[in-house]
Amino acid sequence: MMSNNSVKEYEAGLEDLVEMEFDENSFEVVGYQKDSQEIITRPQMSMFKESWIRLKKNKGAMLSLIILSILIVMAIIGPHLNEYSYEQTDYDKVFQKPSSEHWLGTDRFGRDQWTRIWEGTRISLYIAFLAATLDLIIGVMYGAVSALLGGRVDNVMQRIIEVLVGIPNLILIILLIMLMKPGIVTITIAMVITGWVNMARLVRSQVFKLKTQEFILASRALGASNGRLIKEHFIPNTLGLIIVNMMFTIPAAIFTEAFLSFIGLGLQEPLASLGVLINDGFQAMRNHFYLLLFPALVIVGLMVCFNLLADGLRDALDPKMKK
Amino acid sequence: MKKFIVVRVVNIILTLVVIASATFFLMKLLPGSPFDEEKLAGLSEEARTEFYAKYGLDKPIIIQYGIYMENLVKGDLGTSFYFKGQKVESLIKDRIGPSALLGLQAVILGMSIGLILGMIAAFRHNTAWDYFTMFIAVIGVSIPNFVFAALLQYYIGLKWGILPVAFWESYSSSVLPTIALAMMVIALIARFTRNEMLEVLQQDYILTAKSKGLSKWSVIFNHTLRNSLIPIITILGPITVSLLTGSLVIENIFGIPGIGSLFVDSIKVNDYTTIMGLTLFYSAFYILTILVVDLLYGIIDPRIRLTESKG
Amino acid sequence: MKPLLEVKDLHVSFHTQAGVVKAVRGVNFTVNEGETLAIVGESGSGKSVTSKAIMKLLPEKIATYDSGQVLFDGQNLLEAPERRMEVVRGSEIAMVFQDPMTALNPTMTIGKQVAESVMKHQGLSKKEAQKRAIEILELVGIPEPATRVNQYPHQFSGGMRQRVVIAIAIACNPRLLIADEPTTALDVTIQAQILDLLKDIQKRMGTAIILITHDLGVVANMADKVAVMYAGKIVEEGTVNEVFYESQHPYTWGLLKSIPDLDAEEELYSIPGSPPDLLHPPVGDAFAVRNEFALAIDYKTQPPMFKVSDSHSAATWLLHPKAPDLSAVIQVKERERVAVAKKRNRLIADSSPIIQVKDLQKHFHLSGNKQLRAVDGVSFDINRGETLGLVGESGCGKSTTGRTIIRLYEPTGGEVYFDGEPIHGQLNKGQENRMKQKIQMIFQDPYASLDPRKKVLDSVAEGIDIHKLATSPKDRKDIVQNLLEVVGLNKEFMNRYPHEFSGGQRQRVGIARALAVNPDVIIADEPISALDVSIQAQVVNLLKDLQYEKELTYLFIAHDISMVKYISDRIGVMYLGNLVELAPTKAISERPLHPYTQALMSAVPVPDPMEERDRERIVLTGDLPNPMNPPTGCRFRTRCPYAMEKCKEIPLWKEAEKDHWVACHLID
Repeated sequence: MMSNNSVKEYEAGLEDLVEMEFDENSFEVVGYQKDSQEIITRPQMSMFKESWIRLKKNKGAMLSLIILSILIVMAIIGPHLNEYSYEQTDYDKVFQKPSSEHWLGTDRFGRDQWTRIWEGTRISLYIAFLAATLDLIIGVMYGAVSALLGGRVDNVMQRIIEVLVGIPNLILIILLIMLMKPGIVTITIAMVITGWVNMARLVRSQVFKLKTQEFILASRALGASNGRLIKEHFIPNTLGLIIVNMMFTIPAAIFTEAFLSFIGLGLQEPLASLGVLINDGFQAMRNHFYLLLFPALVIVGLMVCFNLLADGLRDALDPKMKK
Repeated sequence: MKKFIVVRVVNIILTLVVIASATFFLMKLLPGSPFDEEKLAGLSEEARTEFYAKYGLDKPIIIQYGIYMENLVKGDLGTSFYFKGQKVESLIKDRIGPSALLGLQAVILGMSIGLILGMIAAFRHNTAWDYFTMFIAVIGVSIPNFVFAALLQYYIGLKWGILPVAFWESYSSSVLPTIALAMMVIALIARFTRNEMLEVLQQDYILTAKSKGLSKWSVIFNHTLRNSLIPIITILGPITVSLLTGSLVIENIFGIPGIGSLFVDSIKVNDYTTIMGLTLFYSAFYILTILVVDLLYGIIDPRIRLTESKG
Repeated sequence: MKPLLEVKDLHVSFHTQAGVVKAVRGVNFTVNEGETLAIVGESGSGKSVTSKAIMKLLPEKIATYDSGQVLFDGQNLLEAPERRMEVVRGSEIAMVFQDPMTALNPTMTIGKQVAESVMKHQGLSKKEAQKRAIEILELVGIPEPATRVNQYPHQFSGGMRQRVVIAIAIACNPRLLIADEPTTALDVTIQAQILDLLKDIQKRMGTAIILITHDLGVVANMADKVAVMYAGKIVEEGTVNEVFYESQHPYTWGLLKSIPDLDAEEELYSIPGSPPDLLHPPVGDAFAVRNEFALAIDYKTQPPMFKVSDSHSAATWLLHPKAPDLSAVIQVKERERVAVAKKRNRLIADSSPIIQVKDLQKHFHLSGNKQLRAVDGVSFDINRGETLGLVGESGCGKSTTGRTIIRLYEPTGGEVYFDGEPIHGQLNKGQENRMKQKIQMIFQDPYASLDPRKKVLDSVAEGIDIHKLATSPKDRKDIVQNLLEVVGLNKEFMNRYPHEFSGGQRQRVGIARALAVNPDVIIADEPISALDVSIQAQVVNLLKDLQYEKELTYLFIAHDISMVKYISDRIGVMYLGNLVELAPTKAISERPLHPYTQALMSAVPVPDPMEERDRERIVLTGDLPNPMNPPTGCRFRTRCPYAMEKCKEIPLWKEAEKDHWVACHLID
């Protein structure tokens, strides 16, 4: 970049040039330079690669990615780092403060809080994985089928979604849980019924938008089959949206599980989930605040990181959406 | 517009019928319900007949369903199993006060703070203000409300003793739960306001307004704000949901005698009629909110108002 | 005449994530009271930025005014405080924007939007301002202004909205009106109305106008003075006659020559290549790499503005006394282009129809039992090796016709034959595959017509893959490389992604994709309307070349009638789903029979100031009727200057002269 001053000097110099002497060959016609007419100055890379470079610049998202990796690793190895199991009670050692023996203390049954927290994290991550899978399988399929078939099928499928949206999710989940025993299976089924609706709607509208795009028309004019359109055009062009929305569903699902467990509809003792632990901690917080603090930190960490990562991914995958 | 309202109202009634029927049949299937055959096996023939008659269980299920629906129309939600002899509708009536107060306060507080934060972020786009506000918003949606409520109670209530920890004794008891409920609202509104305003600020008509020579503030108030605030009505739906869910845990944590804690308590004691009644109540409330949002949006945004009335 | 506005050595930069874009690099011009200056240039030339810089309307944090002065009435606006600017904007200088669909606040009544300005600058009360708004709306030709003043923008058509935008601009009698592409988003018959309105306002109020445009026809029609911009600089300026008839800069030559002239014998001139990326402005003359007469010095030093006359100057070293005389070279080049054109203009020996369209209908069902009859009974043949042009304004059904022929839309009724065989109705797999190879399509929007996630190689090879035309991956690659060379692209571009290309380059990729399956017929759906003038000529020349080399037949759909006239052998004119006239190009240009064709032809401004000044123009009144509810009988009768009682009946499609078909009651 030239500074302001140098630009001005340069322009001033131009006026003198007219009186200046030129080389003999200055005024030879050399014509155009074919090679530099169509030069592409932009670096060559796919949109996903560009997105990754943008994501790497987002400090919050990268930090979240690191923290999430640590949390995931801890969820896997954490419970095995000491000799206690999550359900092992020790009535001699109830409500112990964090110490070298029990790194994060013990609860009212003398169970090791460290082990229980990482067990709970496992549950949350299982829920996260489940939510993402459901989004991917049911949500994407439902939305894509609805949009691709269109017409009457789409109409019926949309009515079903409208009814599902018309009922608050939580009410639906609570009713279901009453039908079955509270527990991980029940929560899983409840999420199967409700967790994918948002994704289905987003995918549907995206596919509808794509359907009228000229590159899809061009492909159809070339005789592309529906299968080919899906594989070659629809999937690659909705992938970004799907990933971003999946990342937003995850914290919502983690919250739902913890919430249900907190009000006693989710996992039951002696199983540990972050919601159960927070409920226990809440009951005991007056005198044993650490029992609330650590599970709260883990769940907040999970949710903040997933949200920040989702934000970052959205900005990176679709710079137009960036505000 | 009229046609639109009629269609929507019919839709709402249909949805409510579906929910009511679902709850009814669900309850018939539920294990451990008072209607469970096994539970009644111990009773004498006479007692059983009497019990059946009392709850109308001697009739075919279709008739029972009919009676149930008829009662619903009359506003009769049935008798609670746990609170002996109390009608569910009167339970709701007794308990709705605190919940409504908290909800209303949370909406007002959340909206005002959220709007202010969102606007500051939009006008100070890409500055520390903006980043700070968005950080608050992410934290706001990320911290589960029950964790936040518990922390509030611990620090402000217990440790520092500034405000009452729990129970419904004076107005000051409502402060902490209101804040806890409002947090999510603040986060949602702040984020939405900011994004909408940034969107509107990029529109061509803002440039037209500037080219008229309007002052900065005139452009903001007459063109930017109005157009970015209209869509905010649309997130009232999600906000209602977050308040309904929030009330379940927060009323419980702060020991508030509202319908949220009633709901959780009835779940714990398997008070089926109350759960059913509250489910219907919540659903109706939510659906009505959505309807009001749609209608309001239609009234406020001339594009919708006028196209609808044409067709 | 005293200068009203003087812009001196204006430099504007944009600070983007990718770096600093030097959008305006030393612009000088003056505008006198009551005159019209047209600033012409292609996208990215900096013309729009210049106009916004005058009013300091560029986005604050991104754009910087690096140096220079904008003297309005002697005051430098670049240094004026914001409070002063608020007074200047609207009351002294006002602006009309390009897209009337987005330039108005959708939630505010138009009356209020007009009144705002009057209240601010003239201190009128709300009531007085409303009254004034009605007067102004009447002035700009809004019918029933007293009722419409309380309506919202979406209740107005595009043309009417642009009138409202103009009303807002002139509400306080500004001394300078900046119109930034005021008619680009409008149909040509509406464009004629708006241009007349601007001239009328200028006459009445004595407003000076800066007209920003890429359309040289509009310039010829409107301007007193012209400034041609390229890569952030003015390369030539002068009176409209000087610039059009005695242009000195090779870029101006190129622009003028890339506009088709029906009588000219030579090939359409096209400026090769694409404009430079101002992220890295070139060292010497920015135009040098695309200039066939570039001198050695052009690559080293930027040329200064050489004065040709008091009012005329140009920035090219060709005006230096030492520069060689080019007239001989130019003549040779001209002859070469004539030869090329002659070679291409072979007679169509075989005039048997390759495509026959009979009573084609396409109706869309919309919500609420509404029906849009986009194409309503259209019949024509396309002969082997010819180009049939299809023109009409937006919503006339021309694109739908093309898409229905190739069965992107299922026809509601009618028949289509390819080579005598039906391609409507149920086809078996073999027939369908054959049809999809033999008929291909090129699309309008070069940004939307390529899959952003696919490399050019895979986009071009799509048809090859579908129809299994390649024997091996290497064969596939070879075919694609070959095709890229055919359309004039570097074969190295094969591994790049669409977003790395310019619009013209993408359009070439789209053409290569269509060619990959060796089609006989290509339906070109507005293939050039999204491109800049110089790029349009490149694409049209390419299409003509390909037609000659590969014996292609074209259906060329466009709203730009001058280009259609240039490329087509015959032209069909559509109006609201009907074909109203179909004839050989020469016949339809010289003796259009249908009143709509006459109006359409006359509405197009020609890039010739003298002709524009003398020409009587048929300006249609009113807007296009709602296509959902078209008039009965002759659909044009609501806007037709010759409408009569009989027009309530549907006119017959008849052959008025040999090969000249028309549907109008005037012709019997």
